Amino acid sequence: MKSGFKTIAAAGVLAGSLAFSGMAQAADTIKVGILHSLSGTMAISETALKDVMLFMIDEQNKKGGLLGKQLEAVVVDPASDWPLFAEKARELIEQHKVDVVFGNWTSVLPVFEELNGMLFYPVQYEGEESSRNIFYTGAAPNQQAIPAVEYLMSEEGGSVKRWVLAGTDYVYPRTTNKILESFLKAKGVPAEDIMINYTPFGHSDWQTIVSDIKSFASAGKKTAVVSTVNGDANVPFYKELGNQGIKAEDIPVVAFSVGEEELAGIDTGPLVGHLAAWNYFMSVDAPENEDLIKKWHAFIGDDKRVFNDPMEAHYIGFNMWAQAVEQAGTTNIDAVRQAMYGQEVPNLTGGIAVMNTNHHLSKPVLIGEIQDDGQFATVWETDGVVVGDAWSDFLPESAKLTADWTYPWVCGNCEKPKYVTN
Amino acid sequence: MSVTKKHVAPRCRVVIFSILLALLAIIAPGEALQAQQNDAALQQALAGLNVRSFKDKTAAVVALGELGDARAVVALEALTEGRLYGRKSDQTVVIADRDDRIYKLTDPVSGAALGEAGSRDIKKIVANNKLRGIIRGVLGQLALSSSDPGLRLAAVENVIASPTDGSLALLKRARDRETDVGIRAKLETGIATLELGADDITLRRAAVSRLADGNDPEIKSLLERRLLKNSDGSFVEPDDALRAAVQDAVDDINDRLALFGLAEDLIFGISLGSVLLLAAIGLAITFGVMGVINMAHGEMIMLGAYTTFVVQEIFRATMPAEAFGFYLLASIPAAFVVAAAFGILIERGCIRFLYGRPLETLLATWGVSLILQQMVRSIFGANNREVANPDWISGAISIGGGVSVTVNRVYIVVFALVVVAALAAFIRYSRFGLQMRAVTQNRGMASSMGIRTGQVDALTFALGSGIAGVAGVALSQISNVSPNLGQNFIVDSFMVVVFGGVGSLWGTIVGAFGLGIVNKFLEPVSGAILGKVVVLVIIILFIQKRPRGLFALKGRAAEG
Repeated sequence: MKSGFKTIAAAGVLAGSLAFSGMAQAADTIKVGILHSLSGTMAISETALKDVMLFMIDEQNKKGGLLGKQLEAVVVDPASDWPLFAEKARELIEQHKVDVVFGNWTSVLPVFEELNGMLFYPVQYEGEESSRNIFYTGAAPNQQAIPAVEYLMSEEGGSVKRWVLAGTDYVYPRTTNKILESFLKAKGVPAEDIMINYTPFGHSDWQTIVSDIKSFASAGKKTAVVSTVNGDANVPFYKELGNQGIKAEDIPVVAFSVGEEELAGIDTGPLVGHLAAWNYFMSVDAPENEDLIKKWHAFIGDDKRVFNDPMEAHYIGFNMWAQAVEQAGTTNIDAVRQAMYGQEVPNLTGGIAVMNTNHHLSKPVLIGEIQDDGQFATVWETDGVVVGDAWSDFLPESAKLTADWTYPWVCGNCEKPKYVTN
Repeated sequence: MSVTKKHVAPRCRVVIFSILLALLAIIAPGEALQAQQNDAALQQALAGLNVRSFKDKTAAVVALGELGDARAVVALEALTEGRLYGRKSDQTVVIADRDDRIYKLTDPVSGAALGEAGSRDIKKIVANNKLRGIIRGVLGQLALSSSDPGLRLAAVENVIASPTDGSLALLKRARDRETDVGIRAKLETGIATLELGADDITLRRAAVSRLADGNDPEIKSLLERRLLKNSDGSFVEPDDALRAAVQDAVDDINDRLALFGLAEDLIFGISLGSVLLLAAIGLAITFGVMGVINMAHGEMIMLGAYTTFVVQEIFRATMPAEAFGFYLLASIPAAFVVAAAFGILIERGCIRFLYGRPLETLLATWGVSLILQQMVRSIFGANNREVANPDWISGAISIGGGVSVTVNRVYIVVFALVVVAALAAFIRYSRFGLQMRAVTQNRGMASSMGIRTGQVDALTFALGSGIAGVAGVALSQISNVSPNLGQNFIVDSFMVVVFGGVGSLWGTIVGAFGLGIVNKFLEPVSGAILGKVVVLVIIILFIQKRPRGLFALKGRAAEG
């Protein structure tokens, strides 16, 4: 197996002259680019991701680095501004000649494809994409949204019959809600039992919407809210729910962008019982998890800092990349990419994460309820791991597409394999 | 009991006491046996909670409820509050109260303290929403006979919210012994909702006529379901006459609910208006009176909110717990001072060089706003900061028809009006207010009368900034306290001031409430996003017609 990778690696090295010049530059260290906003609106979730990358690099260097070289972090600040993300991505690859980039925001996709870079993307997203140059370590809709809805439909989750899909008005909620709507309809939920609502970014006046939800829920069927509302705006929403006397037992809200980091700044007393679906919770009782959190607190020097799902995604992504580099014997992008497929890293919550040929991970899905200490208590989890789907099975136009970057497919969005002999 | 006690002479009391003691001595062995059995049953039921499957936990909860033991109530309450744990060493169920890193354990059966444990020694018994709903019903059934009317009312509501098979009989028994009129009415309604589906038509008829006067959307949908057809084509409600009565009742409730809906939109509009007013009132000074296009206005609000956070932390660290709720009052002057100080700094350090150059002012204050945001982010971190809602401004007041007004919003409406009134009085009656008006109306004349215009400018800007800081105290209660707080309000603030009329406090008030109410009447029809767009279009059209806003300043002042 290993020698097979090496042959491919050698071919890759010969082919990739661009990466060659990069190697010559970084002879003594291996450069790891970190592309996370440290200022602007997205700093709230991304600063911690930068910190966890520095932590991972530090851990790896303590173990002697990679291929006998030390790792060097190159941190840039795209300031929550999407054109700047592309600019900074270009700077990382062209000027700093980094060997890999860990970062957010897929608007950088064209830059990575043009310059043949490698990006690890740790945040949950709407799917419907697979690029040769990106490894998606965050959850696809079938690893987060669909299991959450299935849980709420189950007897244990309260046999929910009526659904409010509330989201912020941009592409992730719109696509996720489209997938959820057709999923619910496939499960026999009539159209009048689905209410879809969009709000602008940073919406803070939730009175009317909460009151609408209340009257929608008074139809005598168990109602739940599936929230794709963007991180921050969830808090005033929860506060309004609590103030209007709606408890999680009556109308549970399941959110996909509220994690430990977002809860760190708020009084979670009124939120107890509302749900989140993630692939990781800090509260999970597993030895690997406890061990890592201990090291993380020692590194950051603050034992109040939380660890959350996108941070675990970076942990998995980084370790996979490190293993792939060791196996390929080089940091050459094409060689490492080949070595990535089938890479296995233990999840912090138990089980093994696997990188699939569609560049998405197989990960377990956990449903947790918010507790009054700002942590989640796991109330449900999948039996094994769930394979991330690049293209949703519940949208007719994407159900027929396949993403597979190995022979004979070698394609991110094809109906037929690219290379087929018959 | 307490009435009879008064008539018993002291000597007799001793006799009665000794008789009771004697009785106790005779019964005690039997009672001890009974108590032992109770303990064993309680222990067994509690052990049933310490399992993985929620189905088994549910069974254990129901079993605990049937015991009718006061200790079971304590244990169930602990479970809903997340204080019930399983001890890993011997799998016993304990109540654990967290004290920093250590948990203090209590035995739910004996009530005895079991020492301390670390977080690794115990495992939380997790409840989910469904289980909490069931516990709510069980606790409600147990509390139906409580002597406290408040508890009883809550219990009735809980039983109605999560009814089980036995609920109807239970509610009827409770009704028969209930003396409080309000609770009795609630019980009657609850019984009627359960009897809507009874086999006996007289019961059904009584239930419908009872529910017809309600104005609760849930009752409406219950009634509506009686009008549907079963899967075999027959009506859920077989009796034609009764079905017509149900239809009438539904129509009546609908009419009443429509009125409540209007009232609700109006209340929400006033509430949104008060938030807009608070956000805009500082700007009405800096932009409206001084003419400075102050893009850093939102950051003054943010500084006020962060000051609230700091004051809260100081209270938490130094004050006794009872005084904690009043940190909000202490924050008001603190926020004013902090924001005003920054205002002076900005005015003296930057804006005063740019008077009369609106474009440069706009860009410079925009830069200042970014600097302030990043400053706060560097000091406090990028995360939201927790600003707690004190108890006295939490909760909601229900006004019927499914409409409720949250208490914190009522406070914000009142607070906004008080701030505006104080500001208006200050400008109208104080010496500084007079100087301020003089400078803004005719700078040259004011200067030649001996007013130091530079100083007045700085103080006016400080006043506007300080008021924005005070607004931050109120907004910290309903919004996230994050470095981006101010950005959420800056556009709305300018909209209010421009719409209301630059330079007019009255305009700002009318503008804020007008926009709030229009927005809230549009939102149910058009959705939040389209609502915002429509409001913007309305304002643009309005400004075309009246470029100086609702309350335009007239005369020479307006020309300058």
